[in-house]
Amino acid sequence: MFKGTDRFAYWLMVLPGLLLLLAFTFVPLAYSAIAFQKFNPALGLQGSPWVGLDNLLYMFGLRDARQVLANTVFIAAMKMILVLFTAVSFALLLNEVRFLGVRRAIQTMVYLPHFLSWVILAGILRTILARDGLVNDLLGYFGVAPIYFLGQPAVFPWVIILSDVWKEFGFEAIVYLAALTGIDPTLYEVAELDGATRLQKMRYVSLPAIAPVIVLVGCLSIGNVLNAGFDQIFNLYSPIVYSSGDILDTYVYRIGLIQGQYSLGTAVGLFKTVVALGLIGISYWAASRYANYRIF
Amino acid sequence: MVVSRSFTDRMVDWLIAVLLLAVGVTTLLPLFNTLAISLSDKAAVSGGQVGFWPVGFTLNSYDYILRDEKFWRAFGVSLLRVGLGGALNFGLAVLTAFPLSRSLRAFPERNLLMWVFVFGMILNVGIVPWYLTISSYGLIDSLWALVLPGAVPIWNVVILMNFFRSLPRELDEAARIDGANPWQLLWQIYLPTSLPALATITLFSLVGHWNSFFDGLILMNNPDNYPLQTYIQQLVIADRPALHGGQAQLLALLSNNTLNAAKLFVAILPILLVYPLLQRYFVRGILLGAVKE
Repeated sequence: MFKGTDRFAYWLMVLPGLLLLLAFTFVPLAYSAIAFQKFNPALGLQGSPWVGLDNLLYMFGLRDARQVLANTVFIAAMKMILVLFTAVSFALLLNEVRFLGVRRAIQTMVYLPHFLSWVILAGILRTILARDGLVNDLLGYFGVAPIYFLGQPAVFPWVIILSDVWKEFGFEAIVYLAALTGIDPTLYEVAELDGATRLQKMRYVSLPAIAPVIVLVGCLSIGNVLNAGFDQIFNLYSPIVYSSGDILDTYVYRIGLIQGQYSLGTAVGLFKTVVALGLIGISYWAASRYANYRIF
Repeated sequence: MVVSRSFTDRMVDWLIAVLLLAVGVTTLLPLFNTLAISLSDKAAVSGGQVGFWPVGFTLNSYDYILRDEKFWRAFGVSLLRVGLGGALNFGLAVLTAFPLSRSLRAFPERNLLMWVFVFGMILNVGIVPWYLTISSYGLIDSLWALVLPGAVPIWNVVILMNFFRSLPRELDEAARIDGANPWQLLWQIYLPTSLPALATITLFSLVGHWNSFFDGLILMNNPDNYPLQTYIQQLVIADRPALHGGQAQLLALLSNNTLNAAKLFVAILPILLVYPLLQRYFVRGILLGAVKE
């Protein structure tokens, strides 16, 4: 039944993808060797002198590198927590809406920002968060003095975190809504017969049903602790807020590609790659251990 | 069974519905503001008078964009990358997912290959070696640089592979008995039965291509080769000096606000046009990826 020619056909099908993966993922991995060189583009990978761990040691000594790492973890972790909290709350409330049309309308509205790029959303945010923008106008009605949302290091990370919540909470809610839809309605009816209030039903019927999904999402997000959102920050930050808003990816971009310190940029990038691999390993392990998750 | 619902209970129903509708509308307010600005008179925008409704309604900005050659060139580059990139993503996702969905007996290397692809997906090499690699292939300033590096959409492969695996085995066996080879099996049985999943992954990659700006920024040296998102990024964001511009500069920027808002909105339009499709199939895709048998 299982013929050798079939196997050959399968290999033929996989081959183009495999070659592209080799060319654009594994070759760059080999190029990461320049993290251990004093790379000179004119000399290339073969000709550039090797310097061992110098770049990595230099990186760990840099004060901005440590600040950048702290910014990255803070922004990424706060995003995860707040997006998760908002999405779960939203899903629980939406589950209480009995009018199907209204429910659809709400979903249509809150999913939309997910599909727009950060270039577009940053353009919009820059307009509404400007000194004379919509948000400051609104705050003005309440007598609040104008805030430079994108120009104050203390405020900037929160603009990043909250605008990410704005973009993603609706879409993140999808998995929770799916879990809620799967609840057997008789569970609610039994709870009602027992005299449960609406809040009690949410607490003792709805929430337990989505708890496994929350655990899964939580586990999988461990792998993203170093991804604070390059596209978003790149399009919203400026030198004034580097102290609190610069993250690993933007930092690597500036020192590696803008300043042309290829080796240092690669070293920082490689550090991130290795730590991220470890984190993703942990997250998949946790997800399979606590939420029965397998990628394939 | 009918449980009679009290008046307060129904009031709370309405309260929640109204609250969430308000949340939904609030989510969209920033977009309404941009639309209103794009349709307003420059002076009104500079004066900060525009909220959610155009002040001094005018189509000037859109008229200007219609004649803006650079904008449409970038739009064209984006369409090209969406078309070419989408086609590549589709073909490679199907070709890669199908063999990987086979049983270990039929394709003994399946597990090993699966790990290679998944490793490739989670391995996020730094931007510098990535750039140097692509540049060493001589792809800078070529459209291929925007479509080849991400040509194998591994997450889509995983989704599609899981979908193929969830199809009933009988389909497979019947075709086998009729003497179908793997290519016929894929083309005549698996593709036609997987249309919803295929629509989902295709939309994923089309939207991804339309929205990406960073590869255009670093892999295109000549601004004429910028896709639309990169063009807008340069125009609306990078060229804006931070808060310390001179007065004259600031005034020039302010008068550009209407035009920039209009450009943002034109870039949103294609997404809005396919939004009903997106909503339907993306939701399905999320669930396909998250929930498995």
